[in-house]
Amino acid sequence: MTLEAERLACRRGELHLFEGVGFALAAGELLFVRGRNGSGKTTLLRTLCGLSEPARGQVRWLGQDIRRLDERAQRQMLYLGHQDAVKDELTPLENLQVHQGLRGERSTLDERLDALEQAGLGGCEEIPARYLSQGQRRRTALARLLISPAALWVLDEPLTALDRRAVAWLFGRIAEHLRRGGLVVTTSHQSIDGLPEPRILELD
Amino acid sequence: MVRPLWTLLQRDISLIVTRRQDVLTVVAFFVIVITLFPLAIGPEPEKLRTIAPGAVWVAAALASLISLDRLFADDWRDGTLEQLALAPQPLALTALAKVLAHWLSLGLPLVILSPALGYALGLQGIELAVLAGSLLLGTPVLSLLGAVGAAMTLGVRGGGALMALLILPLYVPVLILGAGAVNEAMFAAPYQAHLSLLGALLAVALPLLPLAIAGALRITLD
Amino acid sequence: MTGRSIPWLKFTAPANFYTLAQRLVPWLWPAAALCAVAGLYMGFFVAPPDHQQGDAYRILFIHVPTAWMGMLLYLLLAAYGAIFLVWRIKMADIMARAIAPTGALMTFLSLWTGALWGAPTWGTFWVWDARLTSTLILLFLFLGYMALHAASDDREKGGRAASLLAIIGAVNVPIIYFSVEWWYNLHQGVSVMRSDGPSMADSMLAALLLMIAAFWIYAGAIVLRRAQAEALSREARTEWAQAAAAGRLTREQRERAAVGIEGNRPPLESGGQT
Repeated sequence: MTLEAERLACRRGELHLFEGVGFALAAGELLFVRGRNGSGKTTLLRTLCGLSEPARGQVRWLGQDIRRLDERAQRQMLYLGHQDAVKDELTPLENLQVHQGLRGERSTLDERLDALEQAGLGGCEEIPARYLSQGQRRRTALARLLISPAALWVLDEPLTALDRRAVAWLFGRIAEHLRRGGLVVTTSHQSIDGLPEPRILELD
Repeated sequence: MVRPLWTLLQRDISLIVTRRQDVLTVVAFFVIVITLFPLAIGPEPEKLRTIAPGAVWVAAALASLISLDRLFADDWRDGTLEQLALAPQPLALTALAKVLAHWLSLGLPLVILSPALGYALGLQGIELAVLAGSLLLGTPVLSLLGAVGAAMTLGVRGGGALMALLILPLYVPVLILGAGAVNEAMFAAPYQAHLSLLGALLAVALPLLPLAIAGALRITLD
Repeated sequence: MTGRSIPWLKFTAPANFYTLAQRLVPWLWPAAALCAVAGLYMGFFVAPPDHQQGDAYRILFIHVPTAWMGMLLYLLLAAYGAIFLVWRIKMADIMARAIAPTGALMTFLSLWTGALWGAPTWGTFWVWDARLTSTLILLFLFLGYMALHAASDDREKGGRAASLLAIIGAVNVPIIYFSVEWWYNLHQGVSVMRSDGPSMADSMLAALLLMIAAFWIYAGAIVLRRAQAEALSREARTEWAQAAAAGRLTREQRERAAVGIEGNRPPLESGGQT
């Protein structure tokens, strides 16, 4: 179970961001992408999950080209971007349910409630997301990690808007996911003390 | 593969319906545009009867266009569109489900309402049935074409007006065939050929345009 | 890189294309002018007046070639768009983008001359004739392509979206023509355009062919020139483009740039800045 990147070069508009990025991430490994603003961290993460097309090079997940994944391989990957894909009109519980439904995943009501509880949303499950704070919306999105069977997590700036307790909780979740043989690619401007020893990719 | 699409269909319809005002806005727009015709042209029943098929069809085309403007916009802004693109089922089917949800909640009301408006403009009997029938076959094609434009103009300067420029020329055949069918019925001529051709357009558009929509969405997300 | 690749693929590299166009264009301008002068002379002084329309018909020598060019250029635009979408050859997008304004101009000219022709023959500048109407829609398709291409901040992304639009448009063109034809017949019965006789005098035909050639060559020249400018502005930061803009592009620079396109190294000296 590996995520491989081979001599990736990416551009945004006319701007060449980076080139020659390559790595192979195996089960249980954490990749931390570091770089200043505008160095292309988000572009790299979007390329790694197949949203953006690299100018050169290739990304492979489970041996398949990331732009042509079959259903099974696609299900094994979970991406959490800058925008957290939480609908204002729906409650956290509904958001979670719809998100799973769209990916064809199944869970029981108890599992979903439990995930929201763990994510620190106990008591807010039935309040439309528009009344939630930025941090609570982020937690709603992060609750997906608890019930998704995906092995690869691609998390773009997951710590944004989270308080210290939530950060600690998320780090714990990531550590557990890695222990179970999962893969995580992430990026952050905040301190990552408390995460298991990551492999570091510098984008400067 | 059916379950995710079903979820999406349900979610979109319930989102549109809970924001009731969207449906009301589009329906009101449709009615107002049709009201403008008698005001601009004059109340003579014979005159109005002559322009009735065209007026209803033009209003339907414009209503479809303005309502489609936001088809993907909300999902794009909050990141849901990325999640849809990364979901296991093909993006073309996802797009089709979204267009279907949109048509059921915003297109179908126009079809249902059209006989009343046609009647107000002087159409009668079978003409009203042909009007509704032609809209029933034609508006899904308009929705699919408009969805391509909506996907292309996401996050682009001057989105709405640009979309009209891109898409209205492509609406021409549907408009001609749809209004033509009612015209034929008004002269007691056979209108079935027009309706069959509209059906043929729908049959061609249904499998092909979702692919184009998916392509446009991937370009936008890239 | 093997030196023996298929020759036309060589011109997918902007630097090679630039040099080719640089060599071709100086020949195309005089050729177009020559054909136009000869065609206009034949058309105005040699060809006999029409027995029904007198001299008014002579605008056909501009109207017909522009109408054909408009349609042809749209198909070409869509073809380049398809090449760009499928093989991601940047030059195809540059060509498509260069074609669009000329196509729009030709379509507009054919509408304009059609209106001028209509005034003496039909007694009005505009009728909702099937051909005029569908030509008008074709003009809208060109305008839509240009507007969409220009609306995106990212030229490559804008190019891909516009290419997709061009292809959808091209698939629609026959349907639009057919439906407009049908719409027209439903309302009018017989076409008004059937006014000129079935056969043409030889001199008329010669003049028409010369004018068609003139418009073809002119379109070729202007499209190549515009594509050159577009290629330069897109590659403005590369060595070859800077040399070319200064008017001294050497063979080595060109070949290096071409290898950069087809090979692995990007044609880029300095990395991106913040």
